[in-house]
Amino acid sequence: MATTKRTVEVAVATAGMGPDGRLQRTPLGMGADGTLVAPEVEHGYPPELGGEHMLINIGPQHPATHGVLRLVLELDGETVVRCIPHVGYLHCGFEKIGEYRQYNQIIPWTDREDYLNSPGNNCAFALGAERLFGIEITPRCTVLRVIAMELSRIMSHLVWMGTTGIDIGAFTPFLWLFQERERIYDLFEQWIGARLTTSLTRVGGMGADLPAGWTNMLEEFIRTFPKTLDEADRMLTKNAIWVGRTVGIGALTAEEAMNHGLTGPMVRASGVAYDVRKDFPYLDYETYDFDVPVGTRGDVYDRYLVRLEEMRQSVRILKQALERLPEGPVNVADPRVILPPKHKATSEMESMIHHFKVVMEGPRPPVGEAYVAVESPKGEKGYYMVSDGTSKPVRWRIRPPAFVNLSAIPKMVEGHLLSDVIAINASIDIVMGEIDR
Amino acid sequence: MSTSTYFAGSAAPGETPRTPRGVPHRGGEPNPSAGALQARFPGAVQRVDVVWGETTVVVDAAQVLDVVRWLHDDPQQRYELLADVTAVEFRDPEQPLEVVWHLRSLAYRRFLRLKGLLTKGAPLRVPSVWPIYKSADWLERECYDMFGITFDGHPDLRRILMWEGYREGHPLRKDFPLRGRFSRSEQLRQTLAANPEARYSMEELTIAEAFTELPLEVRKRLAGGERTGE
Repeated sequence: MATTKRTVEVAVATAGMGPDGRLQRTPLGMGADGTLVAPEVEHGYPPELGGEHMLINIGPQHPATHGVLRLVLELDGETVVRCIPHVGYLHCGFEKIGEYRQYNQIIPWTDREDYLNSPGNNCAFALGAERLFGIEITPRCTVLRVIAMELSRIMSHLVWMGTTGIDIGAFTPFLWLFQERERIYDLFEQWIGARLTTSLTRVGGMGADLPAGWTNMLEEFIRTFPKTLDEADRMLTKNAIWVGRTVGIGALTAEEAMNHGLTGPMVRASGVAYDVRKDFPYLDYETYDFDVPVGTRGDVYDRYLVRLEEMRQSVRILKQALERLPEGPVNVADPRVILPPKHKATSEMESMIHHFKVVMEGPRPPVGEAYVAVESPKGEKGYYMVSDGTSKPVRWRIRPPAFVNLSAIPKMVEGHLLSDVIAINASIDIVMGEIDR
Repeated sequence: MSTSTYFAGSAAPGETPRTPRGVPHRGGEPNPSAGALQARFPGAVQRVDVVWGETTVVVDAAQVLDVVRWLHDDPQQRYELLADVTAVEFRDPEQPLEVVWHLRSLAYRRFLRLKGLLTKGAPLRVPSVWPIYKSADWLERECYDMFGITFDGHPDLRRILMWEGYREGHPLRKDFPLRGRFSRSEQLRQTLAANPEARYSMEELTIAEAFTELPLEVRKRLAGGERTGE
């Protein structure tokens, strides 16, 4: 008989008042003589339901598995004794495809792995490729990428909060949060023309500069978005059902979380203040004033609080980025990677040849390798690229944060109830496109 | 829950880390752990490279577990996070396969890349670092699945992204065919002929009544140690 981490309180026997002065409810059963009697149970332990273990299969087609995750659970009564996760149902070989694509051609593939965070992936990949090429991007491009990454962090956390709410039984915040997410998608549509698969960056710059008036739209969003966030906060943070379903569930200590390789909000909820933006900064994040929220219990509730606070901190970063957004060129002046202007390519022979060579042969980085990690909404997202001097990488490795975070799920769910598996799985914030790649 | 101003590991140095600028292609200051490793394991460290500001220590693949254990436990190193385990195969068939470990020390804010070289033709085996980092579990399984590298000491080295009965080889190897070996009709035939019990692994089939409900012939095969899969 496995021990349950949450004791199921069973009130026993004597009818009358409880210690809190209220009428006690007594679960009753049928006695041998036909009368109703209270069952004999030891206080504080769930009733013994027999030694038979049950095999339960969740997924891969199940709405609460957020895609095509499959969990095989061994249950003792309602308690999970063992959890065996299966992934790979969405494997498409992104890394293999990348070995046969030029660097700029890989950027659309980064949209499609963690598809809730496409702009963030685009920026992360471009940073990695620029390290490999030895390119320093322009000041305006740096700030534009910060704006894109923070907007996409908010976007991803909004989906997380909404869908986790649905998993646990709160439907209303989902609608409110998705309205806000829609506004971010509108912003990206104005900027680059696409909503979900943005392909926002290029090696050495961006696909497009901001259109006129865009910063006013962003200012409007920054002004109104915290209000919606506060409303969702009021709906959930002190909600009895929400608290009851999340506090103490799936808790990991700081040592366990580190040892299992967790990153992002998962490890920060356990009390480790590891944030790539602070520890291994990129895009001048050290010059922005923002805090890193850290939890204490490491349970589902703390992961929620950490993500909620992270959205507020992202708004702070966005404000500072808007204030400092410099004028100037977006793309670097490096003819190895950047195309000539369109009007020149169609009117001058040299520019046309230049355009042809960049597109058909592709830019060639020197022999070398680079691992560039950024703080994605899920955790440390790393792109490891190895070049042998040709225009296509020898190896393009995605370090998927959700993959490593998910690998700790047996550790988190074993000993909990079946219904808590859904809450714990939701708290990891998995995107199967990124896990299976 | 505290929204404190940032604090890193207990032994974090006073200075704020900065976004790297003007990083040279080769050369530059190596990670201090590389020198410490050379002093501690003179036989195991084969080479130290600094490429684009990242330090790579090439170690003897057979000794990687000892090296990693020391990096994890030594109070002057404290590499507590194993970020990634992966491998690189070059287009040149003469070049050895590289197994790559990415380690992070949060306390000292260091990043270190370990590499082990595996000669092609010889069995591709390295020790698993699972006894030290539990995060190696899935990362090594993926590396085994994609490259066919065996991690000795891993408790459950199965395929992870491809299914268990996959017999076509290891997808990220350069000799893996890009177009598939079979026609669509043959693929369909194989899929339809798959064993239904292949949905569950051996381990899972031992749970409760699932095992007893299987046909007798299947039970016999499973009891005889046969692995599931089509």
